[in-house]
Amino acid sequence: MDAIFDFLFGPLKEIWAYPTFFVEVVVGGLLTGVMYSLVALGFVLIFKASGVFNFAQGAMVLSAALSFVGFTELGVPQWLAMLLTLAMMVALAFVIERVVLRPLVNQAPIILFMATIGVTFFIDGFFQMLWGEDVKRLDIGIPKDPIEIHGVLVNTFDIVAAVVAGSLVATLAFFFQSTRIGRALRAVADDHQAAQSVGIPLQTIWVIVWSVAGIVALVAGIMWGSKLGVQFSLALVALKALPVLILGGFTSIPGAIIGGLIIGVGEKVAEVFWAEKIGGGIEDWFAYILALFFLMFRPQGLFGERIIERV
Amino acid sequence: MTTEAAELETKLKTPREKPLLAVNNIEVIYDHVILVLKGVSLEVPKGGIVALLGANGAGKSTTLKAISNLLRAERGDVTKGTIEYKGSRIDGLTPNDLVKRGVIQVMEGRHCFGHLTVEENLMTGAYTRTEGRAAIQRDLELVYGYFPRLKERRRSQAGYTSGGEQQMTAIGRALMSKPDMILLDEPSMGLAPQLVEEIFEIVVKLNREQGVSFLLAEQNTSIALRHAHYGYILENGRVVLDGSAETLRGNEDVKEFYLGIAAGGRKSFRDIKHYKRRKRWLA
Repeated sequence: MDAIFDFLFGPLKEIWAYPTFFVEVVVGGLLTGVMYSLVALGFVLIFKASGVFNFAQGAMVLSAALSFVGFTELGVPQWLAMLLTLAMMVALAFVIERVVLRPLVNQAPIILFMATIGVTFFIDGFFQMLWGEDVKRLDIGIPKDPIEIHGVLVNTFDIVAAVVAGSLVATLAFFFQSTRIGRALRAVADDHQAAQSVGIPLQTIWVIVWSVAGIVALVAGIMWGSKLGVQFSLALVALKALPVLILGGFTSIPGAIIGGLIIGVGEKVAEVFWAEKIGGGIEDWFAYILALFFLMFRPQGLFGERIIERV
Repeated sequence: MTTEAAELETKLKTPREKPLLAVNNIEVIYDHVILVLKGVSLEVPKGGIVALLGANGAGKSTTLKAISNLLRAERGDVTKGTIEYKGSRIDGLTPNDLVKRGVIQVMEGRHCFGHLTVEENLMTGAYTRTEGRAAIQRDLELVYGYFPRLKERRRSQAGYTSGGEQQMTAIGRALMSKPDMILLDEPSMGLAPQLVEEIFEIVVKLNREQGVSFLLAEQNTSIALRHAHYGYILENGRVVLDGSAETLRGNEDVKEFYLGIAAGGRKSFRDIKHYKRRKRWLA
């Protein structure tokens, strides 16, 4: 009994004793969380608009980062490399819609899901063939030195990442809420047959959504790439987005953000204060346990769309 | 001379004006095997309200979807026949093209976008239009003029509005595309009789004031024939009877099978049951 008590509440004493350190850990967690949100966002966009769980989102993050670095290594200036990669992601969206989505229209979601698994391996392989398999350094000139704000040490890079993610989300929110295309996207997400009946062309909408997801992947790829280096394991960052999605709900953009923050903070705090009690290394799986726990109580996620049902 | 013969004579004498929509002998197959329409032909004159009547599974919805080409999404295909609109063939055009040309379908069961507000629902109807914000805003007010109730509920999520309001939203949404012709599928479905009456009155008003032609599929024969100009009766994927609404209302078979009025007065359901039970006893 004492052991359990000590396990659960012992670290709280530590937190109480060193509040600044705790704040530092939380801020660090929040900033990593933003990066998770960035990846989760790509999933949410595609799932909302086409009901497809896009397994290839991680591969898209990797391919965007690879292309960006690849172009800069060829001596292309960074702004141009960004544009070229952007064009590549849009082209990829076109190809996926034409070759994969269109022939499979109206198939069961599981079939589309399997198709995206196929797409994942294709993208992974194709882009590594194109740009090589070795680890690349990605540096877009963001300083990585810690700075001190009110006695709390924060990494400059993490702050920049958070600002970038924040403005990306704000832009997306505006696009979805207040533009004609955004409204059409939401309409398609709600009822694609009805959307078709009022003349919204599904194919165009799909290309747009996948392109937007590609752009999000590019931003995530550059951010994660400059943090971890550009290599194959970048695609695995997407797996961290899964618990974020379960927490936040598959259909909610704010959910992806809040979910990311909760996961980020949760795993950092757990790692720093609780890990040594059970022998360390819980950062890697803590998120999944948290997600499982959430699944039992709120299967639609914190912000998942309430299913409106009436007779 | 009977009225039918007189009608036929005037029909033959007057020079035929080209109809707005002409469906010629179409055949529809679902999933490559299931034959649903076995040669349906019909015409909708400019400014007309034409009713497509028949029981469940007769092929009314399929006919509408064949015209609006929403059939493709359900793995259906028009395998024979032609569909002409304003004199040119439209079979094979995408719904997007059709809406741009002025043909729009209001689907059975309303199909509003549940998570969008009523106003956003209406605005999605204007997706294909390019003439700028002012014109679209004007039409939005026009729709609110016909459906004042929608204006009150413009900010509510469509999923939480009543069935009648959803039907109005669906029709209003179609109007926002500035259509010449609306294919209206089962507008009475699941609505209280009073609301059904209200919706049909608005249909007639839209027809008269905005010049929108209607082709409507309806199970409620009596109300449809009271508001439409012309009717086609479908059975098992074929047109079995057609005529002006007035003629159909007077037709003995229609009276008995679709309006529930037999020649010898109303038949009681109890009599039929009684008869069947007896028969089984004897056998």
